[in-house]
Order: sequence, then C-alpha cells, then structure tokens
Amino acid sequence: MNAVLLAADGVNVAQNIGFGIIAAGMIFAALCVVSTKNVVHAALWLVVVLGGVAAQYVLAAAEFVAVSQVMVYIGAVMVLFLFGIMLTRAKIGEESGLNNKGWAIGIPVAVVLFGLLAWAVLDTYGDDTIAEPQLTGANNESTVDIADRVLSPYLAPFFGMTFVLLAAAIGAIVLARKD
Amino acid sequence: MLAANFLLLAAVLFCIGVFGVIARRNAVMVLMSIELVLNSVNLNLVAFALMNDDVDGQVFALFVIAIAAAEVGVGLAMVLLIYRNRRSISLDELSELKG
Repeated sequence: MNAVLLAADGVNVAQNIGFGIIAAGMIFAALCVVSTKNVVHAALWLVVVLGGVAAQYVLAAAEFVAVSQVMVYIGAVMVLFLFGIMLTRAKIGEESGLNNKGWAIGIPVAVVLFGLLAWAVLDTYGDDTIAEPQLTGANNESTVDIADRVLSPYLAPFFGMTFVLLAAAIGAIVLARKD
Repeated sequence: MLAANFLLLAAVLFCIGVFGVIARRNAVMVLMSIELVLNSVNLNLVAFALMNDDVDGQVFALFVIAIAAAEVGVGLAMVLLIYRNRRSISLDELSELKG
C-alpha cells in the first residue's frame, strides 16, 4: 500500500513526481544531518532539508510560508547555527565523539515511532486525495487571506508572539554577553 | 495528490529528528535535530491547510516559524554560555543536577 501511496496516483501526476524527487532528496539530506561526522557539513545538509521544505510549501500552494521559510530559516537561522559552530570552536573536518555512547538506542525508537505515525496517518487518511490547488497567478489570494487572518482573529496571539520574540532577543543578549 | 504523502514525509523527518536528539552529544547538533522536528510539524500544518482549503494552517505554520527562530536564538545563547563556562558542549557532561 505504501508503494501505491507514494507512486503517481493519476491525480496531479506532475505534482506527485516533483513531490517524490524533493522528498527523496530531503530524506537523504536529513539522514546526513544526523549521521555526518563533520559539524559544518551537518549545518550545510540542514540547508538542503530546509530548502526542500520550502519547495514542498510551494507544491502545497503556500507561497507566503515558503518565502518566510527561506528568509527565516535559510537566511537567519543557518547564519546563527554557523556562528554557533564557529564560536564553540568545533574542529574543522571530521570529529569523533559527536554521538552519545548509547546512540544506537535511537534507531529502534525512531523506527517504532515512525511505524506508529505511519499507521495512524494511513489509518486516518488512507486513499484520500487532495484536490488540485487553485494556482491562478496574480489572482492567487492566499497571502491576502493570511493577512486577514493574522490581523483580525489571530491578532492577540500575534501580539503575544511579538512579545515572545522581544523576550527571546533580550534573553539571548543577556545570556551571551560577557562581563 | 494523496493526502498521506505530505504526512508520511513529515513523519519520516520527525523520526529522523528524534533520532538526532537521542543520538547526538554535541549541543549544536541537537539543536539542528530539533529544527528538523519543527519543520516536519510545519509541513503537517501546511498540508492540513491544503486539505481543508483554509489558510488557518498556514497562519499556524508562520507562528511556529517565528517561535522556532526565537528558540534557536535563546538555545544558541545558552550553548555559548555553557561553552564559555566549561570549554565543552557535550551534553552528557552536564550532570551537576543529577541527584
């Protein structure tokens, strides 16, 4: 059933092929992130995963979220990570001892968790299909809809989030300053 | 496109991220694995928005992106502080609070 699910199903064939190629690249890059012995390479593989996620957002007709993903994650968070790696003086090149002693326990945990999640997803959604997203170029108004939602029903959470960001910025400065 | 495609991809990314959190000893690598987990959740939210033909899921994904950025900032500041005090960011050496 899995093979059938991931293969083209006759609905939006081009989208399915794009999804499959990007998904395969993302999974490979994610495995590299958690298995490479070089910290800087892990950060660069993470860029591939984050870019793949942005591409999947475009496939899911969420352009605004895709652009935010590129700006926030690939633009800002990756620079933070690279600075973090640099400031903690990671070795350039391969490094041993990046893993815990009991790291192998993670494999059965991840496999069992995936089995559970996959069972739940397939049990709930099975063969449900998604209608083709209505991409109509300049008339696509999902960004307008997002603005309407953020600035009316979700205004209070939005303000809360701004305070969280402010607190996080101040907290990061207080934690990291030297004196 | 099948609804389960996005959700299964997100499940795979989530599990890889959980494996990274368990297996890695370097604090920066653990933060990167947490990013994988957060991104898989975002992918789920956007997929649900697509399924229900409603942008609420995308709004939630934007909120999660903002909170994740804050989390990385504070997390890396804490990692820097730990490095400055101990000259090491190995998480298994931080055991002072163990009873």
